[in-house]
Amino acid sequence: MAALTVHLEQMVRIRQFEEKVQELRAREEIVGSVHLCNGQEAIYVGSCAALDLTRDAVFPTYRGHGWAIACGVPLVQLFGELMGRTVGVNGGRGGSAYFTAPDYGMYGENSIVGAGAPIAAGAALAATFDGSGRVAVAAFGDGAMNQGSVHEAMNFAAVRSLPVIFVVENNSYSELTPIASMVRIERLFKRAAGYGMPGARVDGNDPEAVASAMSQATERARKGAGPVLLEMLTQRLVGHYIGDAQQYRPAGEVEASMAAEPIGRLTRVLAGLGASADVLREVEARVSAEVAAAVAEATAAPLTDPTSVLEHLYA
Amino acid sequence: MPELTTPTEIRTETLSYAESVNAALRRALTDWPEALLFGEDVALPGGVFGVTKGLRRLFGERVFDTPISESAILGGAVGSAMMGARPIVEIMWADFALVAFDQIANQAANVRYVSRGRLSAPLTIRTQQGSAPGACAQHSQSLEALFAQIPGINVCMPVTHQDAYDLTLAAIADDDPTVIIENRTLYHGRKESILTGGPVEPIGGAAIRRPGSDVTLVTWGSMLHQALAAAESAAAEGIDVEVVDLRWIRPFDADTVLGSIERTRRVVIAHEAHTFGGFGSEISAQVAEAGIALRVPLVRVGTPPTRIPAAVQLAGAVVPDASRILDALRRAAHDVAVTVA
Repeated sequence: MAALTVHLEQMVRIRQFEEKVQELRAREEIVGSVHLCNGQEAIYVGSCAALDLTRDAVFPTYRGHGWAIACGVPLVQLFGELMGRTVGVNGGRGGSAYFTAPDYGMYGENSIVGAGAPIAAGAALAATFDGSGRVAVAAFGDGAMNQGSVHEAMNFAAVRSLPVIFVVENNSYSELTPIASMVRIERLFKRAAGYGMPGARVDGNDPEAVASAMSQATERARKGAGPVLLEMLTQRLVGHYIGDAQQYRPAGEVEASMAAEPIGRLTRVLAGLGASADVLREVEARVSAEVAAAVAEATAAPLTDPTSVLEHLYA
Repeated sequence: MPELTTPTEIRTETLSYAESVNAALRRALTDWPEALLFGEDVALPGGVFGVTKGLRRLFGERVFDTPISESAILGGAVGSAMMGARPIVEIMWADFALVAFDQIANQAANVRYVSRGRLSAPLTIRTQQGSAPGACAQHSQSLEALFAQIPGINVCMPVTHQDAYDLTLAAIADDDPTVIIENRTLYHGRKESILTGGPVEPIGGAAIRRPGSDVTLVTWGSMLHQALAAAESAAAEGIDVEVVDLRWIRPFDADTVLGSIERTRRVVIAHEAHTFGGFGSEISAQVAEAGIALRVPLVRVGTPPTRIPAAVQLAGAVVPDASRILDALRRAAHDVAVTVA
């Protein structure tokens, strides 16, 4: 039960972070395009629980706030990044779509759909020479399954038995369009067979199921048995980006997703195991204080000095 | 930069241009255990142009063949470089880099900047470009301006055998992503004596290939030898031409280029790429911005905005050669007191 409570807290942390980001975006304390991950938290929390982030490397997409938090990047650095402050994890150079924190195993979000897959394969390639035992995770959405770079990466990884795990966060929408209208197959993981690697579908709203699948995949990869494609089924509770009115979603769909979303679901599981009725409220209160403190600290930090704008382009 | 600045054993070797590149790759793979070499057909076949011949035998699995997948090759280079490897990859023809340009322009170029310097991508992309008899339109483009426009990467174009060796090593040693555009027409031409094993030079720096006082002729890549031939012909007409070989498109050696132009105050820029939007346009702008008072208007020589045809006589009608450069030199030097011998 302790492990489940940790999962719950991490998921609540991600959810509250995203809710706060939405609020700050509305007040224009954060500007620009932001893609939230509400509803998909179990994928990040379950995955990171199965990884060894002192050596493993995660390569998510622009919808990567949840990955960064699950990797353990301090919230103040993430809020600071969104606000262009000195405390920002990349001092405002990366922004929402490019959180990069190698000290935490987070090797960079990516706003080009599917581009992270061959890069993750490259990180895994290095592991086959450097003896680090590293496993790389390429995480992308269902829409990316139709990008050439993803197919190239999967074939390259399979043919060289690279320790990389391809995680498809299948939230059923590729941006604003249902994935079902973009592919002829219902089970995306079946494409793995086309590259000679195993694939599986995972309940992406259950952090334990995610952690279990990821553990098996990482163990396999570390042994040199090669890549795996894991399709994690989930639902996005919010739009593709902040401001997306989601008129393309059928009536009742978001409400149905709410009934299956991972935080409420895990709370019910915990209750069934005899957890206190207040467990969620306690976690929420604790995280809420943490989020408020992080926002306050980030807001108090100076803006990154514009005179530094040309730094870090070349060594 | 990893330790390779110490000379190993300086030797004189007589090598072709392709063998000069090969010698540099061999030394990099020998001295840096983190160096990897991969690409299409580079291992067992030794590359379609034979540049990587013999390296698989010497270095085993560190030299390997990839699927025909430019995104995987370049992305594999970016990801492995981020992890401390020093990948050297071959993109067979520069035109093919466009298939996976994302990995160069959006990925490799961004790593250092967006991570505020905590990550870097020290990768080297070797390719070759340009028109050659019978090469089709998708194997003939000169794309250096396209690469050079991207902040975050380096671009070099070695033309001499010594540069083929030196610039390749400099690129691999550098801690940022570098595109090396080699010269296909020189690969298996005559052999020359070059020095190998010397200290690795830092990236950047143009070379004055022929000193002269009347006109500065700025060139690079495939046009260097045509430019030198044109300069010799011009000399016979009493026009003393200084030929500057850029070597590095990025970083651009403004001091050497503009310094020469300030001395001569007459300039011809000759390259194989299209003049429209070509790198010659950038140099022209820099000359203007530097306020250099030219004696005569700047002259550019390049290919008109067209696709590159396969037929020899058609390609010859658009791709510049020594005679067109000589014409340009005459125009630039029209006010020089010329005494034709």
